[in-house]
Amino acid sequence: MTLSSQTKNLLKAHEEVDAKIEPNAGWRDLPIGAVIPQGGTATQFATGDWRTIRPVWSKEKCINCHRCWLYCPDMSWISEDGRIQGVDLTYCKGCGICANVCPTKVHAIEMHPEDDFKEDEAAKEGGK
Amino acid sequence: MAIAIATQKTAALTGNEAAAQALRQINPDVVAAYPITPQTEIVQLFSTFVSDGLVKTEFVAVESEHSAMSATVGAAAAGARAMTATSSQGLALMWEMLYVAAGMRIPIVMPMVNRALSSPINIHCDHSDSMGARDSGWLQIYSENAQEMYDNLIQAVRIAEHPDVLLPVMVTMDGFIISHGMENVELLPDQAVQDFVGEYNFPYPLLDVEHPRTLGPLTLQDFYFEHKREQAEAVYRAKEVILAAAEEYAAISGRRYGFFEAYRMDDAEYAVVVLGSTAGTAKYVVDGLRQAGEKCGLVKVRVFRPFPGPELCEALSGLKAVGIMDRADTFSTQGGPLFLEVKAALYHAAGQPQCMNFVYGLGGRDIDPELIRQAFVEVKDLMKKPADGVLPIVRYLGVRE
Amino acid sequence: MALPDLAKKPQRFTGGHRACAGCGFPITIKIILQAAENPVVVGCATGCMEVTSTIYPYTAWRCSFIHTAFENAAATVSGIEAAYRSLRRQGKIQQDIDFIAFGGDGGTYDIGLQSLSGAMERGHKLVYVCYNNQGYMNTGIQRSSATPRGANTTTTPAGTQLPGKPQHPKDLTAIMAAHDIPYAAQASMSHWNDLYRKAKKAFAVDGPAFLNVLSTCRLGWATAPEDTVDAAEGAVQCNVWPLYEVEQGKWKLTFKPKKPLPVADWMKQQGRFKHLFRADNSQLLESIQQQVDENWQRLLERCGE
Repeated sequence: MTLSSQTKNLLKAHEEVDAKIEPNAGWRDLPIGAVIPQGGTATQFATGDWRTIRPVWSKEKCINCHRCWLYCPDMSWISEDGRIQGVDLTYCKGCGICANVCPTKVHAIEMHPEDDFKEDEAAKEGGK
Repeated sequence: MAIAIATQKTAALTGNEAAAQALRQINPDVVAAYPITPQTEIVQLFSTFVSDGLVKTEFVAVESEHSAMSATVGAAAAGARAMTATSSQGLALMWEMLYVAAGMRIPIVMPMVNRALSSPINIHCDHSDSMGARDSGWLQIYSENAQEMYDNLIQAVRIAEHPDVLLPVMVTMDGFIISHGMENVELLPDQAVQDFVGEYNFPYPLLDVEHPRTLGPLTLQDFYFEHKREQAEAVYRAKEVILAAAEEYAAISGRRYGFFEAYRMDDAEYAVVVLGSTAGTAKYVVDGLRQAGEKCGLVKVRVFRPFPGPELCEALSGLKAVGIMDRADTFSTQGGPLFLEVKAALYHAAGQPQCMNFVYGLGGRDIDPELIRQAFVEVKDLMKKPADGVLPIVRYLGVRE
Repeated sequence: MALPDLAKKPQRFTGGHRACAGCGFPITIKIILQAAENPVVVGCATGCMEVTSTIYPYTAWRCSFIHTAFENAAATVSGIEAAYRSLRRQGKIQQDIDFIAFGGDGGTYDIGLQSLSGAMERGHKLVYVCYNNQGYMNTGIQRSSATPRGANTTTTPAGTQLPGKPQHPKDLTAIMAAHDIPYAAQASMSHWNDLYRKAKKAFAVDGPAFLNVLSTCRLGWATAPEDTVDAAEGAVQCNVWPLYEVEQGKWKLTFKPKKPLPVADWMKQQGRFKHLFRADNSQLLESIQQQVDENWQRLLERCGE
């Protein structure tokens, strides 16, 4: 039995590990069975715009306990080689768990309203 | 390359035994199943093959049919050829997972032994179980006898797993009438079956951990329709694949199959359309009527999903009247499911033959030659009558008034 | 294992999922997946976890993942595991792989109990994780058989005649232990080290393992998003959610609060118990405390404490 050209295209779609699913793809161009042919594509979806309060991290105060990294539901705390590097705001929804689990005596994370950053960011945008 | 017809072994087998032999020869990687009358014997026999090391299969004795289908979907998605079998209430319990298997494009082959649905509970044959699942996205192939059950199961593996299709296939036979009736069955050599079915090759196996994929995600208004459209197209594509598989199977077995079998239809003026074991009795009736000079014939539908509408339409278009026999009702006042399909197909037929429906044999009620003869008489009468505009005509055949 | 070292391992669950801000289960997933040494195949019941982590075409899973339906995560994964055993026996696969089924308490305690019981009884080598947030949160906070007595849910609303859910939650961990599986444990996402260690044990046993992990739903519990970890911690500290394990039939307490807090202290943090602090419900509050104490005593006896 021979494959139809359409099927060849479909199979190709899920063979290509880097295949991206286009938002306006027609039904012939999607991998069959609604499979998502690669892992971790949610990283392309920024949930940071849900945030109304923002964690601000003090490198000086941080003792690297990694409780923020552990208890962040959005995998936003960056750890490299066992050292906290800061928070990636792409996904941070501003729940505030990190500030809450940061040991009281350390207090290296503070939550600030997003509004506080609007001026800064507008200035940054303007500078471009 | 010419393929020689294999030397086949004749064995006296029940339908269930023939199905179990087909499963043994297909030799799936996983079977997950739960017993239910009248299918139980298939699972039991297969278990002895497992116990005696005649198959490589991992047998999962699940705690329900819902889990049977769930585990089979899991195994097939993992990258293993996986099968199950069921009947009646068991199929009903699988219902949710039937749609899941089809939507996820999991190529499972399942022997389905037709039995009536409760309530009232009844263990005997009718088609209400598989007919209820006719829109689940599974392909459906109906068998007249044990030989066909065996042949259809083996072909179904090729059909289900063909990359143009990748859909589950239900292969049915009539409970007790075929499942427990013994007849001579020609069995292919094990190797011939193995060569025919080939290697299982699911395109996105979960056990391919180097390529993590997500199966069964949430798809919403923006993509769901496209996924379903492609699923619909796969059923169209299945038609060609079914015929190609039949062609290749004929080459090794000498037994040839199509979407349906037209019996003594060449010059027929009226005919009946049936599914399953009733065809055997109906052929005998047609032979008798033909001897008496009646221009009548029979069409036995083998492939119900995809429904061969245009092909059937062509086969029936020369007729003056057609009687469609249903071993199930739709409880819709519109007649049985086969009737609805055939009638819809006939909308485009030249001359539009008159048609009527016979619902018969529910709960295993015997259908004998006399009843079928009665049906032919009524169809012939219909041929004489002008269309009276009160169609559909639905008759309940063989029920006590 | 120290946390900075744990963070060195690549993560198999990513950001960009659509769970609520302050959701508990991504933390549970993180701790469990970080404990797995082998590649994993995950099966997931319908529920918040599946719905928020796999909105097409975005998946938060960097490992093989399948969702088929609500009540059958255990059956689905048992099929995957059977496929693995079959292919491994045939020499078609050599790699060690771990199999995990995730279900919420709805998919585990209730609609999926039969499928779970079957898979455990059959002895599949898989780890079943119940991310227990004490209610049907995905459909809008209905009661489950894991919901605490007195909780206000949308199917046990606290009204003038009925003060929330009338029944105590059922003891599913004990039911799973009664299957005589090699490992069953109760854990909380608030006690990461305990959970991590239990997940390690669960992956290591040769057979089925069950983990019942308390995972806060801040929406259903009506807690502030930043209090997610504290709310789970409180359940442990007041003995509503004791941490223990049953290893080869031997019961063992893995955490004992120095001075157990009154249940009311835990409940006070949560909006779902607000009505219990009305004067007319004081008896119910006492009765809940009494039941928690009795359960704790029974657990101590089982653990030989």
